[in-house]
Amino acid sequence: MKHQTIIKANQKWLHIPWRELWDYRDLLVNLVLRDLTAIYKQSILGPLWFIIAPLSTTIVFTVVFGNVAKISTDGLPPFLFYMSSMVLWNYFQGCLNGVSGSLISNVGIMGKVYFPRLIVPLSLTIGNLAQFILNFCMFIIFYLYFYCFSSAEIKPSWWILALPFLIMHCAAVGLGVGLWLSAMTVKYRDLKFALPFLSQLWMYATPVVYPSSIVPEKWKWLLFINPMAGIVEFNRFAFMGVGTFNTGILIAGLLSGIFFLLSGLLVFNKIQRTFIDTI
Amino acid sequence: MSDRAIIVNEISKAYRLGVINRNTLHDEVRYWWHKMRGRDPRHYMSKVDAVGKEKSQTDESGSRFWALRDISFEVPEGEVIGIIGKNGAGKSTLLKILTHVTEPTSGQAILNGRVASLLEVGTGFHPELTGRENIYLNGSILGMKKTEISRKFDEIVEFAEMGQFIDTPVKRYSSGMYVRLAFAVAAHLEPEILLVDEVLAVGDAEFQKKCLGKMKEVSGQGRTILFVSHNMTAISNLCQRVLLIDRGRLEADGMADKIIAQYLNRNLTKGAVASVGEIEEKMEGVIKRNSPYVRYLEISLKDDNGQYRNSFNSTEDITVSIDFECLKAVKGLNIFVLVVNENSDLIMSTYNVDDKYITDNYNNLKPGAYTCSCKLPKNTFNSKTYYLTVHLVVLKTEHLFVEKILEFNVEFNGYNSDFRGSDSSYIRPKINWMMKPISGKNDG
Repeated sequence: MKHQTIIKANQKWLHIPWRELWDYRDLLVNLVLRDLTAIYKQSILGPLWFIIAPLSTTIVFTVVFGNVAKISTDGLPPFLFYMSSMVLWNYFQGCLNGVSGSLISNVGIMGKVYFPRLIVPLSLTIGNLAQFILNFCMFIIFYLYFYCFSSAEIKPSWWILALPFLIMHCAAVGLGVGLWLSAMTVKYRDLKFALPFLSQLWMYATPVVYPSSIVPEKWKWLLFINPMAGIVEFNRFAFMGVGTFNTGILIAGLLSGIFFLLSGLLVFNKIQRTFIDTI
Repeated sequence: MSDRAIIVNEISKAYRLGVINRNTLHDEVRYWWHKMRGRDPRHYMSKVDAVGKEKSQTDESGSRFWALRDISFEVPEGEVIGIIGKNGAGKSTLLKILTHVTEPTSGQAILNGRVASLLEVGTGFHPELTGRENIYLNGSILGMKKTEISRKFDEIVEFAEMGQFIDTPVKRYSSGMYVRLAFAVAAHLEPEILLVDEVLAVGDAEFQKKCLGKMKEVSGQGRTILFVSHNMTAISNLCQRVLLIDRGRLEADGMADKIIAQYLNRNLTKGAVASVGEIEEKMEGVIKRNSPYVRYLEISLKDDNGQYRNSFNSTEDITVSIDFECLKAVKGLNIFVLVVNENSDLIMSTYNVDDKYITDNYNNLKPGAYTCSCKLPKNTFNSKTYYLTVHLVVLKTEHLFVEKILEFNVEFNGYNSDFRGSDSSYIRPKINWMMKPISGKNDG
């Protein structure tokens, strides 16, 4: 059958071209490969940077928040405590930063050639996932080391099996919020400058460098509306048996994740069709 | 009935202007602030005006600009169709809609078959990646499947003539290699419908030739091509049918030669003098500013006696006069006088700064009116119709282009004999010839 393209005005909001996305799966793969192979070319350590960056952040956190500020880690080895939340937060932030720029940093290509625009944010989410898996393996190695050789009480639970869902959830939130931002940045460039600041603020609102147990009762609701809080806490609970974890946070987090992803998809889909005229 | 490859049905495209463009939060806040205080916020906003655009294309409120209005046409399979029109007429917008880069405001288009565009080659090349990696990346951006690229890979590399460099990052390529590789990928896409915008096609003459060659080849295979260009020679060579777009509307649709003639003739000013009004009417693609530096007053052609004329003998000098006004002090004004043929191909050019006296004495112009003239020397032209194009350029500030503002005819008289020749060259200067016997080779 002959390929047919129909171009018309004002397509429905909900019209997301799933079939087309599938047709362009090779582009998705190639974009992911491009991002992974091009990023550290012409650097001596190359892909080792995928490991060095989060490792050094964890060390800084251990020194600053653990040794200097002496913030509680719920009795866990500080290094492991920070690393468990860092790997997830890094993944989220990587998705957020990448996806939020997916429209404006690709104007050059998108102004010339058509392909389903959603491919770009998807490729960034998947590319970051590869990075995340590498980081997570590193976490597992340290985890096993501390589990076997440290005196601290580390209690894994069966919830570890839910890990894939946790990662999917994290990806959904990062992608969803990123899609929102990329759509809004087309109109308001201010967001590009506000993003680093906002994402840092978000990190401190999430129990990344502190346990949720030290959050005062009257601020606990914040943990419910922040999907990242549930994700970080859940991970700690599953691997090490600490942290406030209950079905309330789980459900609230899940709902907000779904909300961000769906609304982000719709807004992005609406904006991408004519964003080239605005930019 | 043959199948239709492209069906365009009443496509319109409006761009938002002025007040609607609130691009920063700052603007947004100002907008709401004025609105809250019961004023019309439009008066307080920085406007993005329809610079140099036709008034007739904006609607009453001035907030929308119609780049295209109710365009409808159909292209049967295998036809090569050209689109012509002035700058800003809407040609590129139409192509952008057909390539799906942006959406129409209303209307619908149906394209039967795989579409590819030669808008710009090398789109999405990543400098750090090797040629091989970029072939796959670029190919998939253009819509090829991985298996398809693998199948054509050797062919692409061979076409681009770069065997041994294929695993080198493209940032180390020369620009020629880069363009060759990029074009090779695009050329192997094998589309059923090819959309080409010559205006946007980058690259040197060599590459453009390759582009045109490929188009000829593709059209020979019974594919449909839509070709946007300013190059009338190329259009009339390639296309059977031409669409003329003017101010967003489809003005004419028909046989290539007929439409091209219609377009070219409409663009002409008859006579030996072009007035302010005629000149400003013709200026296109111009950076118009709120406070311009220079403006034209008159452009004219005269003979040696100072009489206005637009037909000359080849044995007469032709004086081109450009009267203009400096509205401010102007530094470094360049005046270009170009002689072109009916297809706008350049025949000769001359610049006021070629003259040392002008560069020494008139580099800094005070506000006021000036006249500048140059004499196209006798014994230069053939028996042809020529067109005059004038550019006034204030360096880095203002460019006033007036294409084909005047037409003039030259009758070639022969220099010493009555021989007129039947050649079609545009330039036939008086050349010194010599002939004599070769001494020593002639017996006796």
